[in-house]
Amino acid sequence: MADVDRIPIIKMGEFLLVSIQVDMHDRLAMTLQDDLTASIVRHRARGVLIDISSLEIVDSFIGRMLGNIAAMSRVLDAETVVVGMRPAVAITLVELGMSLPGVRTALTVERAMEMLRASVRAAAPIAPVDDGPVPD
Amino acid sequence: MALFRTDKLSVASDGDVVAVRQRVRAMAIESGFSLVDQTKIVTAASELARNTVVHGGGGTVEMNLLMEGPRRGVQLTFRDHGPGIADIEAAMRDGFTTGGGLGLGLGGARRLSNEIEIHSAPGDGTVVRITRWR
Repeated sequence: MADVDRIPIIKMGEFLLVSIQVDMHDRLAMTLQDDLTASIVRHRARGVLIDISSLEIVDSFIGRMLGNIAAMSRVLDAETVVVGMRPAVAITLVELGMSLPGVRTALTVERAMEMLRASVRAAAPIAPVDDGPVPD
Repeated sequence: MALFRTDKLSVASDGDVVAVRQRVRAMAIESGFSLVDQTKIVTAASELARNTVVHGGGGTVEMNLLMEGPRRGVQLTFRDHGPGIADIEAAMRDGFTTGGGLGLGLGGARRLSNEIEIHSAPGDGTVVRITRWR
């Protein structure tokens, strides 16, 4: 697989999309965690969708990163949904001793988008606040 | 028990952990492992390779493809010359960590393997050998 030093984060409306397409080394996982939290704040994102359908394994380090991202985004008023975990990965992860508590998961991107939209609707403000355009 | 093939890699950095995963995957496929068994041995290898880097200060892994009659297996031996493990039983327990992680590495690797052997003493480095059979 290609050697990359950053995983791209795509902004789509009020959500951020991340598709992990490489076998991540640990530093890359830490960079993604930092980049995502910064992007949530910069774009005032309300949700994060992380596609892991290309990941052939999730070990304790990557599992911890997913848990951290979910927790940090929640603190920043955004929901995270992890999409597309392979069955063999799910079996192995549980046997490893990780059940990803606090991480919401979906099997398809469509379902994940529904979950994110529902969580934004549920948290709709009493009066909408318009605080101007968001700087890039 | 016949040794079908052997391979050795240095395990000293983040990038090496990824390389170990890829080589173990190739060996598991060659052994005819199912997708779930491949995933288990690769995940166990990832945990142990990270231990070698983080706790052992780097080391090596020897990867053996084993044959025993019709059985095929993958055996991985991680060696480092780090500080060693004072209490192996405690280190195997989930949640035991000195590296700031979740403490699932050694216990997790044990659950994902069929056999595990650990030799270590303070100041003497650590050898962890796991085997998974098809």
